[in-house]
Amino acid sequence: MEKETILDLLRREFPDAVRETSVSLGDEIVVIEKEALLPIAGFLRDGPGEFKMLLDLTCVDYFGRKPRFEMVYHFFSLSENRRLRVKAALEEGDLRIASLTPLWKNANWLEREVYDLFGVNFEGHPDLRRIFMYDGFEGYPLRKDYPLRRRQPLIRLKE
Amino acid sequence: MPTRIQKQARQDTMLLNMGPSHPAMHGTIRIMLELDGERILNSEVEVGYLHRGFEKTCEHRTYFNLLPYTDRLNYVSPLINNLGYVMTVEKMLGVEVPERAQYIRVLMSELSRISDHLTCLAAMAMECGAFTVFLYKMKAREFIWDVIEQTTGARMTTSYIRIGGVRADLHPGFDTVLKKAVEETRQVLKDVHGLLDKNKVFLNRTRDVAVMSREDAVAFGWTGPCLRSTGICYDVRKAHPYLIYDQLKWDVPLGERGDNFDRYMVRMKEMEQSLRIIEQAAVRIPKSSPAFVVEGIPPVQAIRESRRQRVRRPVALSPNLEGSEGVRYPDILAEDKGVVVPPKEETYTTIEGLIRHFKFFMRGHGIRPPKGEVYFAVEGGNGELGFYIVSDGTDRPYRLHLRAPCFHIVSALEQLIQGRLVADVIPTFGSMNMIGGELDR
Repeated sequence: MEKETILDLLRREFPDAVRETSVSLGDEIVVIEKEALLPIAGFLRDGPGEFKMLLDLTCVDYFGRKPRFEMVYHFFSLSENRRLRVKAALEEGDLRIASLTPLWKNANWLEREVYDLFGVNFEGHPDLRRIFMYDGFEGYPLRKDYPLRRRQPLIRLKE
Repeated sequence: MPTRIQKQARQDTMLLNMGPSHPAMHGTIRIMLELDGERILNSEVEVGYLHRGFEKTCEHRTYFNLLPYTDRLNYVSPLINNLGYVMTVEKMLGVEVPERAQYIRVLMSELSRISDHLTCLAAMAMECGAFTVFLYKMKAREFIWDVIEQTTGARMTTSYIRIGGVRADLHPGFDTVLKKAVEETRQVLKDVHGLLDKNKVFLNRTRDVAVMSREDAVAFGWTGPCLRSTGICYDVRKAHPYLIYDQLKWDVPLGERGDNFDRYMVRMKEMEQSLRIIEQAAVRIPKSSPAFVVEGIPPVQAIRESRRQRVRRPVALSPNLEGSEGVRYPDILAEDKGVVVPPKEETYTTIEGLIRHFKFFMRGHGIRPPKGEVYFAVEGGNGELGFYIVSDGTDRPYRLHLRAPCFHIVSALEQLIQGRLVADVIPTFGSMNMIGGELDR
């Protein structure tokens, strides 16, 4: 019998939360419900897959599609030497998702980056504020409806 | 608006700003320290001074046009950035790259890795007071950059590695310059080992300073030399071999304690391994099929002749295009015609070449990967340099995200310097190899 892959395992452990699984160009992909992110991430980290490393975390804005935003997480397992991509869709009206800061330390800055550039709110993040742009910057530059060459007034450094 | 540290600071402590413009802050980064005497109680790192909207810009450029932007990410090793981006697109397209081009890519990315490590350690040593080491390493880097410059035509902003292969073949006389660079670098490494390894001043400032545990290194997403200094063996070139790295013999140097000295040592040893890779690749590289110097008629004459009949003789291109003649294309570029720029002599002398040229550069045409998303990573100077690209089937990426290794590494700085002295910030920060272009994107 073939060894149970991490995708099968996730489907079995979280039958309600895993929407679909696929393999594309050698990358394993899981699409989940956003409510189940924290338990699934915890299971990935401490479970048999040993995905101890949060490689990357970002967001994609599918403008004009519903749901509009999609969070993309890349996990990496040092013991099994494989990557896993986890995706969760976010509605435009409800841009909230659980923060991964309790599980991974680098999630702190990565989530600040996504908050800065996309405006996604991470629930449970200890210090959610802009990281690249300055205080007083309006809008979220990586959204598709933010024009490439829009100019913003410079703010004064000190009152 | 007050920052976090300003809100949380105790009444009896002092707040000190390091940066954004500070000689030891490579590039611009601001570290705010809360000090009790000389001890750091808390700190806050503020990044973003070099944010240029790399990802947003790339969404508005075609796959071919955005290549020069990747040079400006990690500007000390631009060739590895080129490679990471290009290989991600190739993974989407499923392009097969000729063997000689693969060897050239390995040679170039290892040369870049050495120059990256040399720069990092040179700056780190200089900030600890070892100015001689700085000069020695800069000297070695010049030799490496000479090799890169002769082949790619630029020292830093190379844009040399192209989708489907490389821009041009190696420069005539490459072997000689390469040999000289390797010899000089070896000698410099030996000298630096002698100057620093048992140097009491250097050891006091690096040994057991800013120790990173293995668990924390993984939790912070560290990769590259910094992760390996804690003793975890993860190198993308070994773990997910790309190009021809699995055919060459080389080792992954590891540290033990994860302190500043180990980060220095791992980088030093890694340069030796890179030199090993370069030497093997330079010997095993397949020879280019046509004679190296192509005799041909001048371009003006070729264009004049092409008005009457098809030009059958080879055309001698200008020195700027040397190495990218049509006869060399099978060696350096993929056969897939929709992916690579057609040879210049065909563009100017035949109608088919001209059509192909326009089809390649016209808006809405050119490189159009199929719909989908892909993640691919190469081992950059700082660690896993990953690109995540979402394609919607058009000629420009729908979303391009860079996994910058140094972003993860610098996010651990606050923890590393907590409870240490102000002077420890400098070697700690130096050993991390923060590169502003990559960190802030």
